[in-house]
This record gives sequence, C-alpha cells and structure tokens, in this order.
Amino acid sequence: MIDELYQEIILDHSKRPRNTGRLENATAAAEGFNPLCGDRLTLELRIEDDRIEEAKFAGSGCAISTASASLMTEVLKGRTKQEAEKLFERFHELLTSDAADSSGLGKLAVFSGVREFPARVKCATLAWHTLKAALENSREKVSTE
Amino acid sequence: MTNAVKSFDAAEIRKDFPILRQLVHGHPLAYLDNAASAQKPRAVIDAISRFYSSDYSNIHRGVHALSERSTRLYEQGRVQVQRFLGAADAHEIVFTRGTTEGINLVAQTWGRRNIGAGDEILITALEHHSNIVPWQMLCEERGARLRVAPVNDRGEVEKFEFTERTKLLAMAHISNVLGTILPVREVAAAAHARGITVLVDGAQAAPHMKVDVRELDCDFYVFSSHKLYGPTGVGVLYGKSALLEAMPPYQGGGDMIRTVTFEKTTYNTPPYKFEAGTPDIAGVVGLAAAIDYVNEIGIDNIGGYEHELLGYATRELEKIDGLRIIGTARRKAAVISFVLEGIHPHDAGTILDRYGVAVRTGHHCAQPLMDWFGIPATTRASFAFYNTREDVDALVRAIHKAKEMFA
Repeated sequence: MIDELYQEIILDHSKRPRNTGRLENATAAAEGFNPLCGDRLTLELRIEDDRIEEAKFAGSGCAISTASASLMTEVLKGRTKQEAEKLFERFHELLTSDAADSSGLGKLAVFSGVREFPARVKCATLAWHTLKAALENSREKVSTE
Repeated sequence: MTNAVKSFDAAEIRKDFPILRQLVHGHPLAYLDNAASAQKPRAVIDAISRFYSSDYSNIHRGVHALSERSTRLYEQGRVQVQRFLGAADAHEIVFTRGTTEGINLVAQTWGRRNIGAGDEILITALEHHSNIVPWQMLCEERGARLRVAPVNDRGEVEKFEFTERTKLLAMAHISNVLGTILPVREVAAAAHARGITVLVDGAQAAPHMKVDVRELDCDFYVFSSHKLYGPTGVGVLYGKSALLEAMPPYQGGGDMIRTVTFEKTTYNTPPYKFEAGTPDIAGVVGLAAAIDYVNEIGIDNIGGYEHELLGYATRELEKIDGLRIIGTARRKAAVISFVLEGIHPHDAGTILDRYGVAVRTGHHCAQPLMDWFGIPATTRASFAFYNTREDVDALVRAIHKAKEMFA
C-alpha cells in the first residue's frame, strides 16, 4: 500500500519538481500554508484571456505536497479558470471518495493512493487550495486548517 | 550500569501493557511516541474499571457510602501525588485537566494579580506552545513583556538573563522536542535570589525522572497524567501553600465556595478553591494507580533504563548516512528528534508507520524552536521504559526502507 502512495511519478516529481521558481509577468498569485507540517508554497499564475498560460511555484514541503504542486502546474497549462476549478473538485473527490472516478484526470490519477492515508490529504491539496485563492485573486494567505 | 538497570526486564514489563501486543500493518508495534502520550498498564485500566464497577459516585458532601468511598479514593489520589512530587502538604496539589490548564490557571490567577504593565516574564526558546501562549496572552492583557532565554546549538539553555522587571520565570524541566534536561534547581535558586517566581512545566519530566519539588524549590510545577501512564483528562498543578492561598479563584462554581448568597460569596481554601465543578474523579483514581505502578518499578530504575536505551538508539541512528539528530544536550532524556537528508519528516512518518513504527512528525507544538534550528519539522522518536532495543532496531530498519524509497 505504501508503494501506491509513493508511486514512481510522485517520487519523480518530488525529487525533480517542474515549474519551480518565480514567474515573470504573473497576473495572479497566492501563498499557501499547512500548519500541521509547516509546508509552505507560493503559486504564481499568468492568465491571459481567462486561460492559464503558465504556473510556477516555490516553497518547501513533503514529497506529496511537492509532487502535487509540480503536477498541478503541468496540467493547468492551457486551461480556463473554470476548467481549473472543476479539476480541483474532481481531484479532491479522488482523494476523499471511494467511489471517485479518475478518468480524464490524466497524471493526477496517481494521487488516488492518498485516499488510504487520510492524514496526508491536506498535503496533496495544499497547492490546489492555493490555486483557488490565486484564481479568486485573494491576497490572503490560505491555510489548510 | 547499576544492578537495578541490569535487572530491569523490559520484556516482562511489556506484558503489563495490553496495547503493545499487536501488529500494525503486519509488523509488531514499536510505539515511540511517548512524549506525545504514554500507553496504559493493565493496573491503570483495571483500577478505572473497578472504580466505575463498584465505587463510583460524585465526591464531597455526599453522606452515602459510595460518595464517601469515592471521596476517599479521590483524596487518597491527592496524597499519592503529594508524595510522588515530595510536596510538603496534600493541599498544595490541585487537580486540573492537564499541563496546559495548570499553566493557564497560574497565568489567569497568580499572573493577573502579580504581573503589571512593564513587568517581564522570562521563558526559554525550547518551550512547548502551552508554556508560551498563556504568557503571551497575559502580557498582552497586562502590558507586560515576554522575554526568551536562547538555546545553543546543542539545544541547551545556558543564559537566563533576569532584569529588575522580571517577575516570573516559566521553563520546561525537559524539552519535548530535544530531550534537553534543564537545570531547574540552579536556575530557580538564581531567580529566587531576585524575588522571581518560578513555574516549571514538568510534562516530560514527571514520567522519566525523580521530581522533588522541595529540592527543586520551584513555586509551581505542572504535569499531565496521560504522559505518566495514567488516563487523559487529568493533570496536576503543584503550588506552594502561601502562593495558592494568596491567589484568587480560577473558575467559579460548585466545590470552590464556602458560602454563597446573592450578595457575597466566600471561597473555599486551596486546593478546592481551584477545583470548581465535578472533577475527573475516575481520572484521579487512574492517575493514582499509575503512580503506584511507577513506584513499584521505581522511577530511578525507569530513568536509568531509558538512559541506556537512549544511548543505544543514539549510536544506532548516528550510523545512518544523511541523518542528523536535532538536540544533543549533555543532559538529555530519552527523546530523539532528527531530520533525514532528502526526506521530509511527514513522508518519513508515513513510511515508518507502515513498518509498525509509531513516531511523531511535525513541529511538536514548538514552532519558535523549529525556526531557531531553521527546519520546518522533525521526526521524533520518544521512549518509555517498555521500549526495547528491538524497537530501536525496527526504527532503524524502517528508516533504511524510507531511504531506499527516496534514493
């Protein structure tokens, strides 16, 4: 079961996260914080005509939260705000509901193993909560608590 | 090694703890989260069950047989705590809900009466949030200032700087994160020489070393039952008689009064003045059973065995590449916090759990201390006298598994 949580693709993205660093010309940003484990991340987005053209993140966290942020920045590219929000809903369902359907989630489906580790759901959703705050253009720091 | 330690039979002792006899994810449980809470011996579980089965009633004022029995057991519990701490009088023992409530009680009663604008409260950099936040709240309310004695790289506190305005020193006896044993007796003497009141957070010390409040000469000492192999929901506040008598009440209600009219209420004497409402009676009975159990084994034997286990665990963990122990105090209790290169503590904790090893990961309610060491979190293994070298070996094996996974 531990191998289902730490799948190869998650380990890969946690060790070599994609889209890290600051984003030039960011049009939206938010900071996320998980007080339980001290994970923090800053997410920056470049949105043009309602479409997310680019996403980058910076911060420190566990393998699950880092891989989740990394994969999220990959799948967000080219999606509209509405599509991104819908994706978060489906992703959250994947982590929390036994009846969840992972079709169409692509690489994000690798996080289905998190369902068996309730204490780690917050790690996987930190980046997504931060995304939601950035899309709502909230300047407030979001917290998973 | 003393003879007592040599003859210490942890394998035999483990049989007293039913919960330890189980597999977790198919592996024998290695319970190394004792600094968070300790497991309960059969004697404690049975004492609570027996109390509810045959003696239970509300205490004080009842004239019937059960109330008299319950009252006697509850007050015997107080005497047992008094002896356990070496206090001069049973009336110096106040039952609370736990260490946190004990500290809040002192902050809101003694603190409100004695801390004024411009006064200072000195704490240390390794305190648990429960020995930081109540004082911050008090300082805010009174316009006082919170000052912090720093830790060194080993996690020791060497410099306690008192000023003319320092009114209270609030310090841990043992750090829950680093295991550092603080020199309470010496520091309390220095504080008293300047007329400073001393509160000691003994949550991590009472279960692992001999505590004698008169030898330490502290003014207040607090600890929790659940870390001392007793039930949750009960804690102890020791306070010197003269201080307790001068303090205003904490909460208002039944049991804490002498006479009540709508015009004027007079208060009971300590400790009852601070025990409004029906207390956790069965909790106190369970705590008393836990103290009996600890006394039977001997707190010095427990401390000696745990120290030996700490040495073994430290040596074994130091052999692991990329593992760094946080907290290397020269006087240290059986707590080991560590970080692993390339593995976040949260991931380490999850993997260790899959091998039956229960540790705690995170900031351990000591965020300022984490900031000082420049780390977001640690993995912490904390030991009790029912832990064995096999538990340490299981921990080491599981860490190697985590390293393989993240290699």
